[in-house]
Amino acid sequence: MYELRQVTKLYRKGRKEVAALARVDLEVADGEFLSIQGPTGSGKTTLMLLLGALDRPSSGSILLDGKDLSQLRSGQLTDTRARTLGFVFQNYNLMPTLTAAENVQAALVPLGVPPNEARRRARAALDDVGLGERAGFYPLELSGGEQQRVAIARALVKEPRVLLADEPTGNLDEGTRDEVVALLEGLRSSRGLTLIVATHDSQVARRAPRTAVMEKGRLRIRNNQSNGGQAE
Amino acid sequence: MFFTYLLRELRRRRRQAALVSLGLAVGVGLVVTVGAASSAASSAQDQVLHSLYGVGTDLTVTKAPTAGSGGGFHFGGAAGSAPRSFSGSHIGSSPGLALLSNTDVTKVAALSGVRSAVGGLSLISITFSGQFTPGSGPPSSTTGPPSFSANTVSIVGVDINNPAVGPLSGTTLLSGHYFASSDQDAQVALLDASYAKQQGLKAGSTVTLGGSSYRVLGVVSPPSGGTGSDVYIPLERAQALGSAANQVNTIYVEAQSSSGVSAVSREVSGLLPSATVTTAATLASQVSSSLGATSGLAGSLGTWLAVIVLIVAFALAAMLSLSSVSARVREFGTLKALGWRTRRVVGQILGEGLAEGVVGATLGVGLGFLGAYLVGRIGGTVKTVVGSSTFPRAGGALAAAAGRFRPGAALGGGGHTVTVHLNGTVGLATLGLAVGLAVAGGLLAGGIGGWRVARLQPAEALRQVG
Ligand SMILES: Nc1ncnc2c1ncn2[C@@H]1O[C@H](COP(=O)(O)OP(=O)(O)OP(=O)(O)O)[C@@H](O)[C@H]1O
Ligand SMILES: [Mg+2]
Repeated sequence: MYELRQVTKLYRKGRKEVAALARVDLEVADGEFLSIQGPTGSGKTTLMLLLGALDRPSSGSILLDGKDLSQLRSGQLTDTRARTLGFVFQNYNLMPTLTAAENVQAALVPLGVPPNEARRRARAALDDVGLGERAGFYPLELSGGEQQRVAIARALVKEPRVLLADEPTGNLDEGTRDEVVALLEGLRSSRGLTLIVATHDSQVARRAPRTAVMEKGRLRIRNNQSNGGQAE
Repeated sequence: MFFTYLLRELRRRRRQAALVSLGLAVGVGLVVTVGAASSAASSAQDQVLHSLYGVGTDLTVTKAPTAGSGGGFHFGGAAGSAPRSFSGSHIGSSPGLALLSNTDVTKVAALSGVRSAVGGLSLISITFSGQFTPGSGPPSSTTGPPSFSANTVSIVGVDINNPAVGPLSGTTLLSGHYFASSDQDAQVALLDASYAKQQGLKAGSTVTLGGSSYRVLGVVSPPSGGTGSDVYIPLERAQALGSAANQVNTIYVEAQSSSGVSAVSREVSGLLPSATVTTAATLASQVSSSLGATSGLAGSLGTWLAVIVLIVAFALAAMLSLSSVSARVREFGTLKALGWRTRRVVGQILGEGLAEGVVGATLGVGLGFLGAYLVGRIGGTVKTVVGSSTFPRAGGALAAAAGRFRPGAALGGGGHTVTVHLNGTVGLATLGLAVGLAVAGGLLAGGIGGWRVARLQPAEALRQVG
């Protein structure tokens, strides 16, 4: 589980310092589905990068299972990313030179998985997102929704405990958006993942039982009553 | 994954990669070519010495002609005013060389420190034919140019009992056989391969010299890369042909040991004060200075060219690597997000550079061998003038020693031109250097790209749009 205490992230813009995050407190339980919603520039990506051990806060602490990410050495952060965290991006960020299966295998490289096993696991992960048929396709041969599903398979192939998705549906039409969100929800519940989705789309945000609403670097929690039945 | 990713990436930007490899290849090719050219220059020096000297000959003794002596070439022209055709032939001992007697050879052979000394008589045979109008002055456009053709054949009489020293010593028998000891006064000849080919002669043919027929015993190739005489005949036949009974114009001397050469040289000078004694050492300095000037210039130009091309190739490789890394910032950010260690990402980029370097090295070695081959083909022959100012009297001696006569040079009385085939060999050290440079270029490019990536913050990299 995550425990954020008084997390502040300052960016220097010329002379001024901008607080992309200002004294944010947040707890996310294991297996929870949390959405982060807010207008552009409100600090969603900044928060996701901190949760993803990809950046360090200017102050405050970010505990993941009791370990403070702000204090870990960069090698340990890398290790955390490799084993514990899966990341999905708005622009899919697939390697254009690698096939769908190879893109998924790339996530197993830091874990030292032998090639045969890596191939097998990549195929299984693609099957899980319904893309087994497309394993040999290059990203440019896939639709946006399919690319995002490959990216989800890549995030999940290492069996992480947390899946972080920053605007995963930002480039998708409504139908595809709903499919992708449904896929993420299904994977969360079947695998007991912690799922955190940042979005400016309130439709998507409301699918989660709890939403962290961001406004100019500040965060407040909103419970989505209408969806309460789906959450525990 | 490493190789798949590497090869796909290089394929994606194949033009760029090819450009980098090609740049490195040209640099490497130049290094190999320059190396081959300089090895060619130094082996050419050896060749010049061998071809001038013959293997086994430590020094030669010759004598410069005094005015009016030496080979006489007097062509009588009949008086008259009608256009007339003429033809004729003449054989004489080589102009530029005075005659020495057989007894001089015996005396030299008897000197202490001399293992053997043999005489050689080089002759030049000129046959000519043409048309001219006596007394009409220089040809004008109305009378038309006189037609005239002349043919020179160089002949050398050799001591058939002592083939290890003298003009034949450096030759290789291509067909037929050498002289037998019974051939002392026989009308037999050995032909130089190119002369035989030009005249359509082979072992068993006959060749006409001074109006009489000589049976061709065999065909020889000249001393490695050097020049031989057109025709080799027994010394006594040459003396008869050249009307120089018991006379020679070069004495070939083999010393008992190479360290004794200078002592022998002094002894000979004492014995024959008017003779010119030429040793390998005196030749070498002349050969080196004239060959050195040409090949040194070419060598340093080539070296600079290679250095400049390599610098440009390195800079190009580094720049293209940096630009490729900049275009892939988000890709590397993603890899870091996937948990790839920085050194794994850097290794990937180094691998790409290394691959470009290896391809460049391979191509470059190919180019280098091509260059070395072209050095042999285009810059194939180096004309070296020896025996000019430093050794004013050596010209004739060298001409005789070389066997083949070039009338222009010899009649001019100055230096003697030796044409040497450049034969560049590609040394392992040069190859190693060249390959090392290309690989270093590739690694440098990869290293600079890798350094850029290592400094990349994943958060920044991932925020990059595009
Ligand atoms: N590297 C940076 N340097 C300076 N300021 C930055 C940097 N990165 C982000 N910011 C600023 O921090 C604030 C929060 O940005 P962030 O990307 O977290 O917003 P966001 O909620 O993800 O917006 P969007 O919906 O457009 O993705 C913005 O004002 C942004 O300009
Ligand atoms: Mg954002």
